[in-house]
Parts: sequence; structure tokens; C-alpha cells
Amino acid sequence: MKPATIAAEPDFYHEKKGLPGIFGWIFSTDHKRIGILYLVTIISFFLVGTTIGVLMRLEMLNPENTIVTAQTYNTFFTLHGIIMIFLVLIPVFPAVFGNFFLPLMIGAKDVFFPRLNLLSWWLFIAGGTLALVSLFLPGGAPDTGWTFYVPYSIRSNTNIIPALMAAFILGFSSILTGLNFITTIHRMRAPGMSWFKMPLFAWSLYATGWVQVLATPVIGITLLLVTIERLFGVGIFDPTLGGDPVLYQHLFWMYSHPAVYIIILPAMGVVSDIIPVFARRTIFGYKFIAYSSIAIASVGSLVWAHHMFTVGMSNTGMFMFSLLTFLVAIPSAIKVFNWVATLYKGSIEPEVPLLFMLAFIVQFSIGGLTGLMLGALSVNIHVTDTYFVVGHFHYVMFGGTGFALFGALHYWFPKMFGRMYNKRPAFYGWLFMTVGFNVLYFPMLIMGYLGMPRRYYHYLPQYELLQRIATVGSWVMVIGILLLLANLIISLKRGKKAPANPWGGKTLEWSVSSPPPTENFHEIPVVSTGPYDYSEYERTVPEAK
Amino acid sequence: MNTSHDKKNHGAAPPEESQPHQVISYSRYVLNWLGLLALTCATVTFAGINLGRWIIITALTIASVKSLLVLNLFMHLKFEDRIFRVFVGVAVVTFIIFISLTFFDYAFY
Repeated sequence: MKPATIAAEPDFYHEKKGLPGIFGWIFSTDHKRIGILYLVTIISFFLVGTTIGVLMRLEMLNPENTIVTAQTYNTFFTLHGIIMIFLVLIPVFPAVFGNFFLPLMIGAKDVFFPRLNLLSWWLFIAGGTLALVSLFLPGGAPDTGWTFYVPYSIRSNTNIIPALMAAFILGFSSILTGLNFITTIHRMRAPGMSWFKMPLFAWSLYATGWVQVLATPVIGITLLLVTIERLFGVGIFDPTLGGDPVLYQHLFWMYSHPAVYIIILPAMGVVSDIIPVFARRTIFGYKFIAYSSIAIASVGSLVWAHHMFTVGMSNTGMFMFSLLTFLVAIPSAIKVFNWVATLYKGSIEPEVPLLFMLAFIVQFSIGGLTGLMLGALSVNIHVTDTYFVVGHFHYVMFGGTGFALFGALHYWFPKMFGRMYNKRPAFYGWLFMTVGFNVLYFPMLIMGYLGMPRRYYHYLPQYELLQRIATVGSWVMVIGILLLLANLIISLKRGKKAPANPWGGKTLEWSVSSPPPTENFHEIPVVSTGPYDYSEYERTVPEAK
Repeated sequence: MNTSHDKKNHGAAPPEESQPHQVISYSRYVLNWLGLLALTCATVTFAGINLGRWIIITALTIASVKSLLVLNLFMHLKFEDRIFRVFVGVAVVTFIIFISLTFFDYAFY
């Protein structure tokens, strides 16, 4: 693979001098700078969300009061959810890695709408700021849970409207990013890069983009309706005014379940990109993985009411949504089987990014299978609103997307910042994080099955041992997270200079220098082979065929 | 991934050709606006009449007609490329599926 050569054509960013200092970042339309801006803000929000989560676990150390009051505990789980879902998990892959790597992967100089891209970041900052401001305004932080269920969100005296508006604005940021990526993938692929020569991360961003564009407006209008109801007393969802609270739940989950796929699909794309590199194997079942992303995005958008099996839905409704939930398992399983098949007889190099991917596969499988248990009507009624749901959800969201986030960060860090990191602390960070994660969340599955309700501030003494084990797990996991982040931050200054392709990747981002030049490619590449062509390794190992 | 380099600064697809600007007379806009107001009055009127389960179908039909007017005339969809109409069509089909699935809960109660 040839590196990019010196430009023979005008270079937009170099011709037009950038602004100095911080302004050169916050007003830059360069997709890589916008990606790094998102990374810094999202990691900051992640640390705030993690701190609140650890404090919640600390409160659960004892069956009675430990560190906070009941009202504070309510605001803790609400804020933890709002921050982690709306400010970290939903934007992290499209906004950070999508922004930075999508144009590089498809051989483009930028996204199709660079200014709209910058606007997306500004909207994200506006929404994030409003969410944080809502904590400190008179009235106190929201206490409804991140779902803003009616009638809580109609009757709570806390700062619900600023929080609703924050989510509303963040939704616009998400829609614009999705729109930008769909257009970029349709219009800006390098010559020769047909749909089935695109990296699977780009495929997953394409599927995610459609979910962002089609599902996010639903939550926007729903949150606006709650605001109108609070301000003007119009009866939309509040039963005392003739409204229907179940309708709110339908509308909320119409977005918020597909949001789970906005969160997990790009993470799956990262797994599909990283595994072939460290297994030195051509990905197994490329087309099936690509199509399964589209299948998950489309069928996954139609299963929202499985969050509502106990609200008194019709039997027909419950049957429909349970069936659809089981159908989503098929494309998800296709991905898992293909990843494992790719590893089979590969020349595996157990670098830290691969270790995160292996943890992803195991933890996502636990999250997915417990999801099927929740999709079964009879089991759902037994474990609904218990720690089982919390455990399942975190196995998918954190055990899946969270681990993929750290894996992606360690995979692409040399490309993004031009520095290598120290592998030993990274390995121990992964080890602590993986052990801590499972010690924290697996007991929740057991507690939930035994009947421990979620969002309870006190609990019966019979859960004390498992609660304490989970709390200790949170400490171990946080040690791992801090070790990983500290190692990366130190490596920004002290790390060895990274070569263009430290891992032997085959996708286009590895064909340019680390960090990439301002406009990515001085000459647009012409693509002639697929993104995971490791046939030269496979030829040397006869068994690998 | 094997690559060579293309000196032209373009991607896989040719740039979008610009469409000739369509002029719609003010009188047509006003007429449509009056039509939208009339349909809003119809929605409010029908909401006060007990039509049973037909009320939903009536309200959604009126809303659909209003949306078509806005999309075609005010948003110029009528004069756009087919690809734009396809994209809006995808959104409309998604919306119909969402509404239909929701009514599995309500209609068969």
C-alpha cells in the first residue's frame, strides 16, 4: 500500500489560514478536529457520569443510609442516566470516531457538510451545558429517572424543563450528524470503493445514521409535548387532564429503544474492524455482517414496546413486540458468530485493542441473552424493574459499547495523536476494568432475579452481600478506567512517535501519516481491493484456509 | 486495501446538478394557507363529535392531507429530484409502521 503523496492541487485549509489557539479548534470545520473536540467533551461527561455511578454504589454499601438522602439518590440515578445515555453513549461513536475516521476510511477529504458538522458540535455543547445548568438552578436537579416518565415529569417540582430542552437540543445534534454521514457515504466514497469494499465501521455508521435521522424527531416532539403540558396544562399525557401516560411511554421508547442501536451498532462496527487486524484474517462473512447492521437498525426500531410489557398493553401488542424482539437476536448473533469465525485459526496478536474486543464479545453475549430473557413475556413480568434489567442494560451498554469505546481509543490513538502508548499499563487497565465490570454487574443479575427492585435507596438485609460485592467491583473498575485514561494522557506527551500503520491495518486511514495531514489525502486514492485483505498471511499458514 | 491515486478531487458520485428555481405565486400560497386553516377547523370540529374508532382515522387523514400540502408546496418537494421524494417517502413509511404498531396496543384493547 502506497502512502499519500504530496498534493498537486490547492489545499483548502492551508490556503485559508486557521484561527489561532483555542478558536482554531472550536471554529474549525476540519472533521478530525471536531472529532477530537467531541472526544474531550464526551470523556469529561463520562468521568462525571462515572463519579455519580460510583457514589450510587457507595450508597448501596449498607442496607440503610450510607452517604446521601433519598432525594439525592433519585437525582443521582437520573443524572447518571441522562449524562451516560444522552451525553456519552449516543454521541460517542458517531461523533468521535465517526467524525475522525469516516472520511479517512472512505477516501474523502472531509464530511459532505463540514459547517453543519461544526454546528452539530455546538448544539451538543449547548445541550450539554443546559443539562449541567439544570443541576444548579433553583428547584434542584431532575429526579424522574432518565426516562422522564409521565406523570413524574409533569408533577416533579425539580428542573424538568431545562433537562427536557437539553435532550431536545442534543437530539438535533444527533440528527445533523446522522444526516451528514448518510450523505457523505452516498456521495464521497473514493473511486473504486463500492458499497461492499467499504469498511464495516462505515457500514455501521450508515445504518446508525438512518436511525438517528428517522427516530430522533420522535423524542424531540415528545419532550416538547411534555414541556407544553407542564407550562400550559394541556392534557396530553397526564391522566388527570384526560391524557394518556402509556402513550408517553410508547413515544419515548419509539426513540429510546432505537437509541440503543445508535449506541451499539457503531461499536459492533469497531469490533468488525479491529478483529481482522489482530487475527490477521480476512473478516468472515463480510456481507452478512454488513446486512446484519441494516437488519438490526430496521427491525430494532420496531421493538420499543418490550419496555412496557407490564403497563397493561393489549395481548396482541405484547405478542407482536415480543416476537419482534426475538427476531433482532438473529442479526446480532450473525455478527457474534462471524467475529468468532474470523478469530478461528487466525495468527492472533493479543494487543490491548483486541483484548477489549474479546471482552466485548463475551459481555455483549451475556447482555444479549439476558435481553432475550427480558423479551420473553413470562420472565419479563417476574424481573421487570429489578436489578436484572439494570444488569442486562449495563452488560450491553457498558460491557458492549463502553468496552468498544476503550478498545477503539487504544486502536486509533496512534493515528489520532501520532503517539504510541505504553502497553503494560494499558493491559493492566483492561484487566482491572474487565474484572471490576463483571464483579460489579453480574451480582445485579442475580439480585434482580431474587427480586431486588431497581432505583431503591434502601434494601432488605438479604441482598447485603451481593450489594457489597458489586460496590467493591465498582472500585476495581474505576481503578482500571483511571489507569487507562492516565496512560493515554501521559502518552500524548511522552509516547513514542507512531508510524503510519503500527498494527498492520488494511483500511485507508492506515495509508496516511499519523496524525493524518490536514486534508487527509493529497491525492484521492483509487480503491481496488476490500478492506480486510489478509490473504498474504493466510497463504503462509495453510491451516488458516 | 490496495490503492492508487486519482488526481481529480472528487468522490464516487458526480456532484448534484442544481435544479431550476420554481416560482409559486403569492395567491397560491395564500390559498393553500387558507386550506390548511380550514382543515385545522375540521380537525377541531371532528374532535367534538363522537365518531368512535373512526375519529383516529379521520384525524390522521386530515393531518396527512395537511402534511402533503406543506411538503409539496411550502417545502417545494413537488419540484425536487426523485431522490428527495424517495427519502421523504422512507420517513413517511417508517412513520406509518410506527403508528400501526402502536395501534396494536390501542385498537385491539
